[in-house]
Amino acid sequence: MAETVIQTKQLQKEFIRDEFHVVALKDVDITISRGEFVALMGPSGSGKSTLLHLIAAMDRPSGGEILVLGENLRTLSDRAIAHWRNAHIGFVFQSFNLIPVLSAVENVELPLKLTNLKKKERMEHAETALNLVGLGDRMHHLPRQLSGGQEQRVAIARAIVTDPDLILADEPTGNLDATSAQDVLTLLSRLNKEFGKTIVMVTHDPHAAHFATKSRHLEKGELLPEGQVPVDWTVPAKA
Amino acid sequence: MAIPVSYNLRNLVVRKTTTVITALGIALTVAVLLAVLALVNGLRTAFQSSGDPLQILVMRKGATAELSSAVTREVFQDLKSMAGIAREGDEPRASLEMVTVINLPSVDSPTGMNVTLRGILPVGVKMRDDLKLQDGRWFQAGQREVVVGKSIAKRYPGAHMGNKLRFGRGEWEVVGVMDGGQSAVNSEIFGDLNQISSDFNRADGLSSVLLRATDAATVPALINSLNDDRRLGVLAQTEKSYYEAQTNSGALLQYLGVFISIIMAVGSSFAAMNTMYAAVARRATEIGTLRVLGFSKNSIMLSFLMESLLLSGLGGLVGCLLVLPLNNITTGIGSFVTFSEIAFNFRVSPEIMVIGVTFALVMGAVGGLFPARMAARKEILVALREI
Ligand SMILES: Nc1ncnc2c1ncn2[C@@H]1O[C@H](COP(=O)(O)OP(=O)(O)OP(=O)(O)O)[C@@H](O)[C@H]1O
Ligand SMILES: [Mg+2]
Repeated sequence: MAETVIQTKQLQKEFIRDEFHVVALKDVDITISRGEFVALMGPSGSGKSTLLHLIAAMDRPSGGEILVLGENLRTLSDRAIAHWRNAHIGFVFQSFNLIPVLSAVENVELPLKLTNLKKKERMEHAETALNLVGLGDRMHHLPRQLSGGQEQRVAIARAIVTDPDLILADEPTGNLDATSAQDVLTLLSRLNKEFGKTIVMVTHDPHAAHFATKSRHLEKGELLPEGQVPVDWTVPAKA
Repeated sequence: MAIPVSYNLRNLVVRKTTTVITALGIALTVAVLLAVLALVNGLRTAFQSSGDPLQILVMRKGATAELSSAVTREVFQDLKSMAGIAREGDEPRASLEMVTVINLPSVDSPTGMNVTLRGILPVGVKMRDDLKLQDGRWFQAGQREVVVGKSIAKRYPGAHMGNKLRFGRGEWEVVGVMDGGQSAVNSEIFGDLNQISSDFNRADGLSSVLLRATDAATVPALINSLNDDRRLGVLAQTEKSYYEAQTNSGALLQYLGVFISIIMAVGSSFAAMNTMYAAVARRATEIGTLRVLGFSKNSIMLSFLMESLLLSGLGGLVGCLLVLPLNNITTGIGSFVTFSEIAFNFRVSPEIMVIGVTFALVMGAVGGLFPARMAARKEILVALREI
């Protein structure tokens, strides 16, 4: 039995806005083991992003338990969470979120600024990560000088440069054309297979889900049992 | 540990226009403050360089300036014989002087500016150790001749060597130009005491007496005995403290200048605040991303504060550059005490520049504080959702 990386029990998230309140997650019990590549699927508004944000401690749950890498996220201070996230989580956004004024290599180096590494070591790590995503020749380009697919690969390099235990990606191919999406998915799959990284990827795209080792479906804030898909879900053909 | 400063610098470069406009606003504020300080500094130097600590200025009791003082020859005779006054041979170092104000047309004001005219005896010239002739010769006793201070020679076209000045009962020839170092003498005209006092019908209504004490220890004693002598009815003080008191006219100017700069500073701080609020709003996604990467609220706060300080520091430096050309420019100012014009140099000292940059940084800190706090307090998800 592989080590459990993420475990939630009756995880609950409500958003209370003015009069009405939204239950974004309802009694979610999910267990993810080290080395898994999980695709988190479901219709828009089903709570996929919300779950990912709770795993990354970007938001606090309204109820239930959440244990990530053995850490009870509900008890950590803001400061401790920031440090924990830097050390253990690599996050990939749908819209890349590179810092526009920093070059590719500087963007990748950024999370290492919070470590004790010296400048030289930081640059070496950043270059290694950029080489891994196939952008060794674009180190000094600014984000606006890169294509969307290249930007997302820089963002992935930034997410892995600290050698995190867990990579979380929220629709990483949502803003990309088919070819670029293919590159990014291949890269994530490689990180999972060759480097044993645990990955949770939110996606709408059944094709993207094929790159994962496992798919889980959310519907109206509830996690469907493993293997179960929504009734109106048609299993897409393999690409 | 922190978000690199280059990140802030590049963001300032990216939004060049706002950066330049905001920095210029700060620069102007700093320049106004520095110009006033340089002016006051120059004025202070002029007055503080005047006066010898061994010398005592005697005026009528109640007079605040030589101009409003009156001393008779009889009082002078009594003063001369007092103990503690230095002597050269037989002659006591005591100078009877008459001060009045005359009107001369100046470069800046064709209708004329008030200038101090001093009737003086040869001993009075000798007692001013720092006073040198720059050109020509000293006036002669019994002649209608004057020597003008170097600032006067520079600023009044009619007061050049060889020219004739018209005041009192007729014309006076300029026979020399004197250099009093940094002192107020540069803004005065000297002539023979007897000639001048008779021209102004003040043969026995003179202004002041300058005395030199034998040594520093006797200065306070001499001052006390002069002030205590009711028969004389005089006010004695060191020449230095007299001139220092004159700087008060600069103090008023300083208050006014500082007041104006503070009002401008409030405006510039708001401009910096506005710029920084805009920056925080525009970079919301970046702030959220930095937080996700593991940067703490504090480092976000520091980063934006740093950016505001860089912006204002830039303004401060530009402000210093703006006032630098003022250094050593000679100008005149009407003294509120002597009712005459004192010429002096603007002095932009390094201390003044440090004050300017510090002032700018304070504006930046005040303006940057609230935006930086807002940036730090944003919830990650709220920040990421803003566009
Ligand atoms: N900050 C918020 N305030 C109020 N409601 C919110 C907030 N964030 C999410 N929600 C609500 O929670 C529910 C789940 O949202 P979530 O973003 O997790 O959905 P999602 O599955 O990621 O959808 P999508 O595929 O469109 O990204 C939605 O009904 C949404 O409106
Ligand atoms: Mg989503």
